[in-house]
Amino acid sequence: MDVEFSGDIMTLNMGPQHPSTHGVLRLELKTDGEVVHEAIPHIGYLHRCFEKHAENVEYPGVIPFADRMDYVAAMSNELGYVLAVEKLMGIQVNDRVRYLRIIMAELNRIASHLVAAGTYGLDMGSFTPFVHCFRDRETILDLFEETCGARLLYNYNWIGGLMFDILPGFEERVIKFLDHFEPLVDDLNRLLSYNYIFVKRTANVGILTPEMAVSHGVTGPNLRGSGVKFDVRKDEPYLGYEEFDFDVPVGKGEYGPVGSCFDRYIVRIREVIESCKIVRQAVAGLKPGDIQEGIPKRIKPAAGEVYMRTECPRGEMGFYIVSDGGTKPYRVKVKSPCFTAMSAFKEISRGAMIADIVAIVGSLDIVLGEIDR
Amino acid sequence: MTPQEIVDRLKEKFGDKVLESKLDGVSPWTEVDPAAILEISRFLRDDEALLMDHLELLGGVDYKDRIEVVYVVYSMKHRQRHILKVKLPRENPHIRTVESVWRVANWHERETYDMFGIVFDGHSDFRRILCPDDWEGYPLRRDYVFPKSYRGMPV
Repeated sequence: MDVEFSGDIMTLNMGPQHPSTHGVLRLELKTDGEVVHEAIPHIGYLHRCFEKHAENVEYPGVIPFADRMDYVAAMSNELGYVLAVEKLMGIQVNDRVRYLRIIMAELNRIASHLVAAGTYGLDMGSFTPFVHCFRDRETILDLFEETCGARLLYNYNWIGGLMFDILPGFEERVIKFLDHFEPLVDDLNRLLSYNYIFVKRTANVGILTPEMAVSHGVTGPNLRGSGVKFDVRKDEPYLGYEEFDFDVPVGKGEYGPVGSCFDRYIVRIREVIESCKIVRQAVAGLKPGDIQEGIPKRIKPAAGEVYMRTECPRGEMGFYIVSDGGTKPYRVKVKSPCFTAMSAFKEISRGAMIADIVAIVGSLDIVLGEIDR
Repeated sequence: MTPQEIVDRLKEKFGDKVLESKLDGVSPWTEVDPAAILEISRFLRDDEALLMDHLELLGGVDYKDRIEVVYVVYSMKHRQRHILKVKLPRENPHIRTVESVWRVANWHERETYDMFGIVFDGHSDFRRILCPDDWEGYPLRRDYVFPKSYRGMPV
């Protein structure tokens, strides 16, 4: 954005404790009146040494640590790690495990996007949608709780299988939830997405062009919000996502330029509908089977290395694992989608108003636990 | 393109700057000369047949006798991936920054410096990213000893 600055710059610290930074993020704002000349993100307040821990525990022991990176979408995180180890060891899982993993990952995506939409509404000064979103998310968390005993940090995906099978009646409860939930997305759209004030606050703010998005390694809904149709589930399918019929929504620039905060937001809402479609198909195709038959007795991959990425709710989560032939990983490096999205923040926030900084941070849907790891 | 074709294309252009490769593993990789990393990166991004415009991951691995920097690159157009590696000495490792090729490298290189102490020459904003600025040592090195206290506070 082209803005003329008067040259009288004031430095303002936003965070680390600030309700709209979605965690402990500090933004150093160089402001000229209301206009932000430069916004420098300072991260690391939530650094818990995931990669160091991973080198000191055995392969299955890393899974609970992986949960704690992106604690809003833990199911997808551990799935990425587990798939990477399985790829390294050449383990194939049976259809029941695959379908249950897809059901859990997609339900987790719905829950995560509901948090994103709800808190984004809160950032934009609208409280009611937040309550609605959290009510529906609660049902999903109840489904997870009855399956693996935990509401947020599951340790459910194991290398070669799953921790528990689903309880009798789980499928009916999932379908009942979807029947109840799908019409409510329209309500959310009426209440928040197409609300005049909300659109005005988000549509011309924080433009991320497709070129900038690719160069900054931005992935997931943030990339698709910029109009780039790329989804790992479609373009490099894992777990058999190619068997499912779903669309990849992209930002179209309905209200202003493509790649605005509104586009990133609306892509998430549309993805929720697609996830519902996938869950319905997966529930219909669920076959009986033993979910623990593929779990190896000893997890000791041959020396080598693997890179595996999966589509998490916040973008592509990549795991680069080096094995030296032992029972502990030699090195686990995580490519965090929020980390790369945040690296573009300085550029897209230049020239924004202070109030719009909140809109931009919220639209990137970051989780600091995953940025800092 | 198959991994072999990618390596051939690189060898055609850079000759002996392209060193060892291992293409039969789960994730094929090629080792290149650290001195040529910037030129090779730019070629990978701009060459019509490669178009590796997406730097998926950049990180270090400490192998006790050497440190490797790993670049996982991906082409959004051709849907192909390759892993580049460079080997650096453990004492005072230096390499050129690839920030001008993929902008995301700016943060990845800061993180790699923070964790391994690899210095990226020519970087525009070179400082630690996850640890505090006055933190001592590089935590992800294999011989790192965790400090007992930080600024007088026990940790």
